[in-house]
Amino acid sequence: MTRRTARGQRLWLLLAAVLVSSTAFAQTVDETFLARLGELRDASFSDKERIAGQLIESRHPRARDVLTSLLGDRLYVRASDMRVVIARPADETAASLELVDPLTLKAAGSAAREELTKIGTNNRLRKTLRVAMARFDLADADSAIRLNAVTEMLRSLDDSAAALLKERAGAETDSRVKGEIELGLTLLALDGSDSARRIAAIETLAGRPRQQVRNRLATLLEKNADGRFVEADAAVRAAASTAVSRIDRALTVYGAVETLFFGLSLGSVLVLIAIGLAITFGVMGVINMAHGELMMLGAYTTYVVQVMMPAHIGASIFVAIPAAFVVAGLAGVVLERTIIRFLYGRPLETLLATFGVSLALQQLVRSIFTANNRAVETPAWMSGTLQLGDALAITYNRLYIVIFTMIVFAILLAVLKRTRLGLQIRAVSQNRAMARAMGIRSEWVDAMTFGLGSGIAGVAGVALSQLTNVGPNLGQSYIIDSFMVVVFGGVGNLWGTLIGGMSMGLVNKLLEPYAGAVLGKILVLVALILFIQRRPRGLFPQTGRAAESQ
Amino acid sequence: MIRKQLFLAAGALAAAAALSSQIFAQGGTIKVGVLHSLSGTMAISETTLKDTILMMIEEQNKKGGLLGKKLEAVVVDPASDWPLFAEKARELLEKDKVAVTFGCWTSVSRKSVLPVFEKDNGLLFYPVQYEGEESSKNVIYTGAAPNQQAIPAVDYLMKDVAVKRWVLEGTDYVYPRTTNKILEAYLLAKGVAPADISINYTPFGHADWQTRVAAIKRFGSAGKKTAVVSTINGDANVPFYKELGNQKISAEDIPVVAFSVGEEELSGLDTKPLVGHLAAWNYFQSIKSPANTKFIDTWHAYVKKPKRTTNDPMEAHYIGFNLWVKAVQKAGTTDVDKVLAALPGLETPNLTGGIAKMLPNHHITKPVYIGEVKADGQFDIVWKSAGTVPGDAWSDYLPGSKDIEADWVTLKCGNYNTKTKVCSGQNYK
Repeated sequence: MTRRTARGQRLWLLLAAVLVSSTAFAQTVDETFLARLGELRDASFSDKERIAGQLIESRHPRARDVLTSLLGDRLYVRASDMRVVIARPADETAASLELVDPLTLKAAGSAAREELTKIGTNNRLRKTLRVAMARFDLADADSAIRLNAVTEMLRSLDDSAAALLKERAGAETDSRVKGEIELGLTLLALDGSDSARRIAAIETLAGRPRQQVRNRLATLLEKNADGRFVEADAAVRAAASTAVSRIDRALTVYGAVETLFFGLSLGSVLVLIAIGLAITFGVMGVINMAHGELMMLGAYTTYVVQVMMPAHIGASIFVAIPAAFVVAGLAGVVLERTIIRFLYGRPLETLLATFGVSLALQQLVRSIFTANNRAVETPAWMSGTLQLGDALAITYNRLYIVIFTMIVFAILLAVLKRTRLGLQIRAVSQNRAMARAMGIRSEWVDAMTFGLGSGIAGVAGVALSQLTNVGPNLGQSYIIDSFMVVVFGGVGNLWGTLIGGMSMGLVNKLLEPYAGAVLGKILVLVALILFIQRRPRGLFPQTGRAAESQ
Repeated sequence: MIRKQLFLAAGALAAAAALSSQIFAQGGTIKVGVLHSLSGTMAISETTLKDTILMMIEEQNKKGGLLGKKLEAVVVDPASDWPLFAEKARELLEKDKVAVTFGCWTSVSRKSVLPVFEKDNGLLFYPVQYEGEESSKNVIYTGAAPNQQAIPAVDYLMKDVAVKRWVLEGTDYVYPRTTNKILEAYLLAKGVAPADISINYTPFGHADWQTRVAAIKRFGSAGKKTAVVSTINGDANVPFYKELGNQKISAEDIPVVAFSVGEEELSGLDTKPLVGHLAAWNYFQSIKSPANTKFIDTWHAYVKKPKRTTNDPMEAHYIGFNLWVKAVQKAGTTDVDKVLAALPGLETPNLTGGIAKMLPNHHITKPVYIGEVKADGQFDIVWKSAGTVPGDAWSDYLPGSKDIEADWVTLKCGNYNTKTKVCSGQNYK
């Protein structure tokens, strides 16, 4: 009995000792942690970088939370007690912020914004933090986060990163992440001393045509100031030289594909802005100078839709497309009924009247929305790039606009060729008197045709809101281009507009790298004038009796 | 005796006349011209400046006006049309006989009114950062000269960000072309290789940035830290930054420092793709100082919109207006020549806690700040100059303008050539 008690006492004592020492230990760790945090208060950016490094090295369990907050601009100094606190994510407009203690992660009350001083970051510090934080994310459950983490780590590779990547390589299951890790490890293998291994690494890298890889390989070919090669091993140099030229060839090909895509995407924007005009100007013969302002109405409709549904920016575009069609279409019908119908057959007066309307519409939006541009947000699914292979990246918003243009074009073609309205539009444009004699209400058809063309302009405005400023001058900057496309393609021919717009986009983009943007634009314009001189009716002139009589 | 009486009578009459004219003067007003576009493409930027001057006038009148008279604003609208600027300037000077004019934004509008102000001996306060290479007797430049904005920004990138490769991207007109010429000369003088500098111009309102941004990406991935110095104007900025975001060029990899993107411009666009990019100005709304807080509060109360931003050219007008008030008080008159003589050497507090001093070359001293764009459309200051920087009218880095000096106090000349010892008068070329 006594022996047992004595043993029990000893055990208790031991336990107590362990407990005491561990709390004491924890206290010192926490104290250094807090002391480091305190240093952040008035540290310069380079000091902050050093402190962040120390926090990571300390492997304190809260280091990650604190650094994430620093990266997210949520680390503050509270004026009342000069303590460093974390703020919970909050709305920008919120006057006060919910605070969290950095050590316990428990709520620490709230404070008004004025009482808090943010611990700022700059680009360099954020980059360091991101690379450092990536190490925490390397084992995340989400493969996209892992991929991002590896990409971040590739931005600056060192020994500790190498160790982490090696560790991760075995466990990684996602093929893309695995590919990136392997790339990183191969790049690191270049630093080794075994010549055969390095050459093997160079040969693997030759199949990864990336600028980063090329730059790394090119450093193997550099010379010192005294003319000797930095890299002593001639075999490695030879391998690197072949690899660099192979990558260069691949990059040239990818560059050409990229330029082609740029041309197509500019072309599809041109088609989109011109296709509505191809209806009103091409089919009806109305020179509508307010066409650009109808696009502007579509862009503002997108803005209004986004303001009305701030929680669903991603879906707002799908609401905005029909809304813009209706708003611009109605504006077009009103314009046709109140002004244009009195001016048929008098092109100069139509031009002046619609120019006046365009100014009135600009002033209207200035009065409603002020002269300032409006911020239209790009939905998350429309931003970013689609990575094709190692060197080719296609931006999503451009890709969607190319697809969108094709859809709009197909629908419009179907409407004109397959529907009753389309049949009537074609009948009226070819021979008005005959169409009337067949019982078509030509006035109604005129209004509908103009509404259709205007509605398409509104839809183009939705696309433009994703590319450029939404402001009162939006229309002016596109009106000339849209007329050019229609005239070039051949008045009254939708296919002409498509081919015309696409080829103008391609020529523009092929010229731009050599001639520059300013000269490129001039060259396209001059070429267009010469072309119109040779073929006044454009690429695809209308033929037949109806065209002759015009 | 009779003669003496006559003298007395004449004296009394003269005194009475003087007295009555003084009474008349006390009831009169001083006219202040406001020459900013309220319609057209520049209305976005210039309307705010008109409001700023109207607010300053209201504040001054609350303090009892100037020289015992009320200030009266004469607002005209040159409608972003450069020839119309000259016409409206003439109207202000010859018809309305304004004592001073606050106005213009673009360099081309300033160049267009310059001959009018010089011919009619008017006084213009010009509040916008500009390309330099000018100093007129009749113009006070309260915006930044290149050495107060562009050069410090490049210095910051070179020293603090360790940038080795440079893209000078601009819109094709006078301000970017002159600024880039100065910057190129400066970079070459600092030992940057010509192969590491790429200069490009795009047309006004350029919207398709795919090729340019891809080229910047390629130029920037040569293994050396690269930065873009942007003098891209107005509306072309939004598609430019959007394309940068889409092609995943982050500010951490290739920062863009802009000289014409401020709080006002940011309020009209989705700032997400811009976060971390830089702007160099002499004032930011986010700078904390008692004077700035007071100014922002007064501004919000005046426009009755608690979210309207303040910006750098507004501060320039604030400084310019206060300098003019001080000069008029010192001279005791609004006569242009006397005010111009009183101006050099005058000091007035700026909004960021420093002092703006009027220099003999008609420029002022300004602090330089570099800010990074935040998601809320404001700027975080990442660098500031040690003190204030005196504005230099003629750049020291261009071969043609190195030897030219502007001094309206001792030399009485805006472009005195120190080598040939010739003042070429009002010819700025």
